[in-house]
Amino acid sequence: MTRLKILDHNELFLQPEYLEQFERKREFERGPSEEEVRCVAEWTKSEQYRDLNFKRQHIKINPAKACQPLGAVFCASGFEGSMPFVQGAQGCVAYFRSHLNRHFKEPFAAVSTSMTEDAAVFGGLNNMLEGLENAYALYKPKMIAVSTTCMAEVIGDDLNAFIKQARDKGIIPKDLPVPFAHTPSFVGSYITGYDNMLKGILSAITTGKKGEPNGRVNFIMGFDTYTGDYFELKRLMQVMGVRHTLLADVSDIFDSPNTGQYKLYPGGTLLDEAMDSINAKATVALQRYSTLKTMEYIGKEWGQQTAVITPIGIKNTDRFFDSLSKLTGLPVPEEIEDERGRAVDAMIDSHPYVHGKRFALVGDPDLLMGLVSFLMEMGGIPVHIVCTMGDRKFEEDMSALLSESPFGAEGKVYVGKDMWHLRSLMFTEPVDLLIGNSYAKFLWRDTGTPLIRIGFPLFDRHHLHRYPIIGYQGTINLTNWIVNTVLDEMDRKTINTTSFDVIR
Amino acid sequence: MRQVAIYGKGGIGKSTTTQNMVAALSEAGYKCMIVGCDPKADATRLILNKKAQSTVMDMAREKGTVEDLEIDEVLLTGFKGVRCAESGGPEPGVGCAGRGVITAINFLEENGAYESDTDFVFYDVLGDVVCGGFAMPIREGKAKEIYIVTSGEMMAMYAANNISRGILKYAQSGGVRLGGLICNSRKTDKEFELISELARRLNTRMIHFIPRDNQVQRAELRKMTVIQYSPEHPQADEYRMLAKKVSENKDLVIPTPMSMDELEQLLMDFGVLENEQEAAA
Repeated sequence: MTRLKILDHNELFLQPEYLEQFERKREFERGPSEEEVRCVAEWTKSEQYRDLNFKRQHIKINPAKACQPLGAVFCASGFEGSMPFVQGAQGCVAYFRSHLNRHFKEPFAAVSTSMTEDAAVFGGLNNMLEGLENAYALYKPKMIAVSTTCMAEVIGDDLNAFIKQARDKGIIPKDLPVPFAHTPSFVGSYITGYDNMLKGILSAITTGKKGEPNGRVNFIMGFDTYTGDYFELKRLMQVMGVRHTLLADVSDIFDSPNTGQYKLYPGGTLLDEAMDSINAKATVALQRYSTLKTMEYIGKEWGQQTAVITPIGIKNTDRFFDSLSKLTGLPVPEEIEDERGRAVDAMIDSHPYVHGKRFALVGDPDLLMGLVSFLMEMGGIPVHIVCTMGDRKFEEDMSALLSESPFGAEGKVYVGKDMWHLRSLMFTEPVDLLIGNSYAKFLWRDTGTPLIRIGFPLFDRHHLHRYPIIGYQGTINLTNWIVNTVLDEMDRKTINTTSFDVIR
Repeated sequence: MRQVAIYGKGGIGKSTTTQNMVAALSEAGYKCMIVGCDPKADATRLILNKKAQSTVMDMAREKGTVEDLEIDEVLLTGFKGVRCAESGGPEPGVGCAGRGVITAINFLEENGAYESDTDFVFYDVLGDVVCGGFAMPIREGKAKEIYIVTSGEMMAMYAANNISRGILKYAQSGGVRLGGLICNSRKTDKEFELISELARRLNTRMIHFIPRDNQVQRAELRKMTVIQYSPEHPQADEYRMLAKKVSENKDLVIPTPMSMDELEQLLMDFGVLENEQEAAA
């Protein structure tokens, strides 16, 4: 038997026939010479280019951001038997699914109403009716959570009226929860979509459920793509003895055990518990900017105590347990005190390698707030902080945080800016380390600054999302990723010198 | 807070009628707000006594994004404390005016324009419910009450019937209701009787008949409502009467629009339209 030798593309495109073809293509397209390309590439590193780059208005290049419905379907999947359902075109939903697949390496189910040109003209009512009918018949969901794409929003589809009609016509049962949220892709980002969808779901399923207080605490993670965080929070609450409901619990959806049997609905917050969340004692959100409207709604309409704390780093995690202890009257158990001790120990072990290191960070607003706070605890210096989806409020909050520590003095916040802006910053004011998602690897390629992959999406490294970044355990993980990136880089730089050492 | 939407054929006098009615309501002590939902943006000039206010979409165009807008830049206060906002929209022939209305109303809602002590919010909507965007004011949670401005002219009546069809659709799925027809007289034949009958056929009533008076024109040229320009003039009392009737109206119905044939028959019955044999002869 002959074995067919198939080259993978890393080798394939280095074969002479391809190299020749690339050269001919360049000639045919009358591309600039390699010298010219080098020249311009060099110029993009200059102060002059940086000034022009920051005047750029009409294009975003490599923004750290994706659209609302992505956040909406992510949130919608986190409930028992819940089918994320998008009023819009198929292509959009295919994109949300593949985006999540590539990050979690996990299958993800979501459906669309396949709107096409005629729906744009006549309105999407028929698509909604047929879509609901099919989704209910085929996938037997316990809840259908509806969000929208640009197209449905531009033509002004009225979800509320459409869903009501579907019920009146008997297409879906009267008692099937069908919450909805308007999530135009051209407004906000996935954190807005998450917020809108969660508010939509909670307000729909808790209607008429106000009853006896259940003494529980609700938790909302926000747009948190670390499945490890969900498991960690549940573990911590068990250790502390806090009776709780974790809302939009996506942990089992994006980290489901492989048993050889595919489950369409592998987990999520139990619907009964979610409906009873209105009777909880308090609701605690672990992110601020992705839960603004939801938390306002819970405070106002449910009349509950609310707290928003992102437990990333020691100080924030301390605050988290203090507040929780006050809310519940429960003491922080020794087991958690010990974990704190271990995290502090880990930080002390590693801080000589992080202290005084200058960082560039790019990512989601809540994550950035947590990471900057943590870095400053380690003596790290946040220098460039880029938040494409950040707003003025975030800019103020981040500036206030930076002013709390002498290590924050150099830090500057750039809201609405993208990674091409950050590239200019990193060339003109270099830093030692970069924190960002997989798309930040282009900055690593161009500037040679080591990249610590924290954020979303992480397409090019496996399993990182399984590790928590919250709590004291999360602090140890962050310390691990950061210090070992420093040490790897040190080995690389000292290779074949007398400083190439076994002990670091 | 009562939220009211005003619809009607283009050029029928929706904006003039609305602003005069709002001026009268404010004079009577009600706290009112007008939201203009028309790219032409002329729904608030008589209250603000200026040419045209800067609209939500104008400001968005200037700033590059709606998110950078401040509510004070687009929500102005005019005659007797009436608060005014205009959605505005794209230049004619480009973009999507309907989406502009959605964006503007969302912006106003999210930025707390709807104060809890407001008694009336009026949406002055462009000619007809041509797309989902222009239905925004009558979606769930917004205007529950609609008035159609019409006159005895055939096309105005045709439009009123058409708008009733749109309302019917939303009335079945949501809580929106028709409050009545406002006849803005054009001095056509048997106008009072004709519109009263049209209202009856649509399962509603003519809530008020506003006589035609040049005083409205005189006031408009000075960018004022009649209420402000000449409070003693009889025409001002007509608007006060309309305001009183609307504020006291509890008669909100689901309309029963007519077919085109029925509407033409109605016109023939009143002798406004000749039947085909007569017309041919």
